[in-house]
Amino acid sequence: MDGQRCVVIGVGNQYRRDDGFGPAVVARLEVLRQSDPALAAVELRACDGEPTRLLDLWTGTDLAVVVDAVRDGNDHGGHRYELVLDEVAELADARSASSHGVSLGSTVELGRALGRLPRRLVVLAVGAIEFGFGAGLSPEVAAEVDPVVARVRELVG
Amino acid sequence: MTHRSDRTLDVRALARVEGEGAMHVRVRGGAVEDVRLEIYEPPRFFEAFLRGRRYTEPPDITARICGICPVAYQMSACAAIEDACGVRVDGPIADLRRLLYCGEWIESHTLHIYLLHAPDFLGYPSALELAKDRRDLVERGLALKKAGNAIVELLGGRAIHPINVRVGGFYRAPAPSELAALARTLRVALDQALDTVQWAAGFEFPDFHHDHEMLALTTDGRYAIEGGTVATTGGLTFGPGDFEQHVIEEQVPHSTALHARLADRGRYLVGPAARYTLNRRWLSPLAREAADAAGLGEQCRNPYRSILVRAVEVVYAVEEALRLIDAYEPPARPAVDVPPRAGVGFGATEAPRGILFHRYGLDAEGLITTARIVPPTSQNQASIEDDLRRFVAARLDFDDERLTAECEQAIRNYDPCISCSTHFLDLTIDRG
Repeated sequence: MDGQRCVVIGVGNQYRRDDGFGPAVVARLEVLRQSDPALAAVELRACDGEPTRLLDLWTGTDLAVVVDAVRDGNDHGGHRYELVLDEVAELADARSASSHGVSLGSTVELGRALGRLPRRLVVLAVGAIEFGFGAGLSPEVAAEVDPVVARVRELVG
Repeated sequence: MTHRSDRTLDVRALARVEGEGAMHVRVRGGAVEDVRLEIYEPPRFFEAFLRGRRYTEPPDITARICGICPVAYQMSACAAIEDACGVRVDGPIADLRRLLYCGEWIESHTLHIYLLHAPDFLGYPSALELAKDRRDLVERGLALKKAGNAIVELLGGRAIHPINVRVGGFYRAPAPSELAALARTLRVALDQALDTVQWAAGFEFPDFHHDHEMLALTTDGRYAIEGGTVATTGGLTFGPGDFEQHVIEEQVPHSTALHARLADRGRYLVGPAARYTLNRRWLSPLAREAADAAGLGEQCRNPYRSILVRAVEVVYAVEEALRLIDAYEPPARPAVDVPPRAGVGFGATEAPRGILFHRYGLDAEGLITTARIVPPTSQNQASIEDDLRRFVAARLDFDDERLTAECEQAIRNYDPCISCSTHFLDLTIDRG
């Protein structure tokens, strides 16, 4: 990604258990970047997922990697997913809801309408089951931090 | 479906409000029998888990209650704790707090105006559809909101859940050069804010008025934001310390949020329309001029026109932020000392959606013994229900779909922030 602008956005709340997955990945990357030149120019940001903030974070970038925890309906957490731009847009919810509840798909659609999409958008998500109060990821989700970090490094490398 | 004298409407997902709740409307014999704003979101026990924490912690803990108005929670918490400790914060630190709060008003109001409320008036189901047709409008809203974000990010340390606020002031005060960069953004935002008022003034507003008593903070000489005396349109005035004598909260079976009423007076309304009605004279000349041009009179009692009031308050907040930046002299220290002492303190500030009251009891070591938080939306619930009752009664000839859609819009007039959950409000209209 030499000369190109790249942002990694960890979406979530570190005080709502597995919802802290995105911020946890970003925190790990922050540490790694001190010794990894490939990460030196990568923007690392945590975000609550509010759509206008997401748009601001990825507007003008060549690559945006969004890392998030999702409810995927599985009984056990830890399933990993990788979506690219068009797949994300298919998740758009026509009844786009509150400022908190605007889905990532709808945010992508909004970005498209406004001409504010990154050139390439990749979503790395992990299926999570525990969204209660408190810090700390469930073991299944915590086990996915390093693999997702490794995938981010491949994408931005 | 139209003209049925008994019916039920059921909307499972009211879009573009904050939180998890339901609206139930029952019509019997051609009359509205019952209207309930049902908030079934689980209680979050913040007041309980604040007990036993250090007196320095509420600004950070309560900021987590809301992602849209964390500054309001921080400011009310600081005010209450400083009151308990007998410390008054003024001068540049107080000005910085007001500046930070202006940022939150700009962010929150602009988000509601452009992404949540304006699509109703323009016939779009969402801001996404609006953006497809009128990209320029949504871009303007996002740019304006970003100016508010920039204030919160600079003063608060980050854009969400600020971390630079502490009891007594801030951990770090900005350098004048940092604020100068902010001023450049805000000068552009002021034009966008004025354009927003002019744009919203062109919307068609249904003819609907209420007679609720309205309640807001007032401060002589300026539009109340981060403190003041409580006043009502009925002539009541009292300090934050007497809030609980006048505002009675009650549990109702259909809601996990408490309902509030004024003692011996009943339901009341807080929020931008209340602030405007009680404080119009303290708006800046430019904001007042924009209000006049938009057709807002001395009072705002039509909830649909609340979008205009929000737009005017954005003009005021941008202008006030510029004024504060222009006059800024960095404080010698970013915070004053607040030594703990045993006592009870009260704090009330104007969150974007209305008065947010905090009360804390402290022991001599500064541990919190009691905590009470009264947010604006719960204060408005009874008035919203009353408005919905009259609103539906005047539209019983609408078919279910139209009535439902218009009820949803009516609820959005109040910008209810039921909570920070990612859930929706269900609406049920029962016609038998």
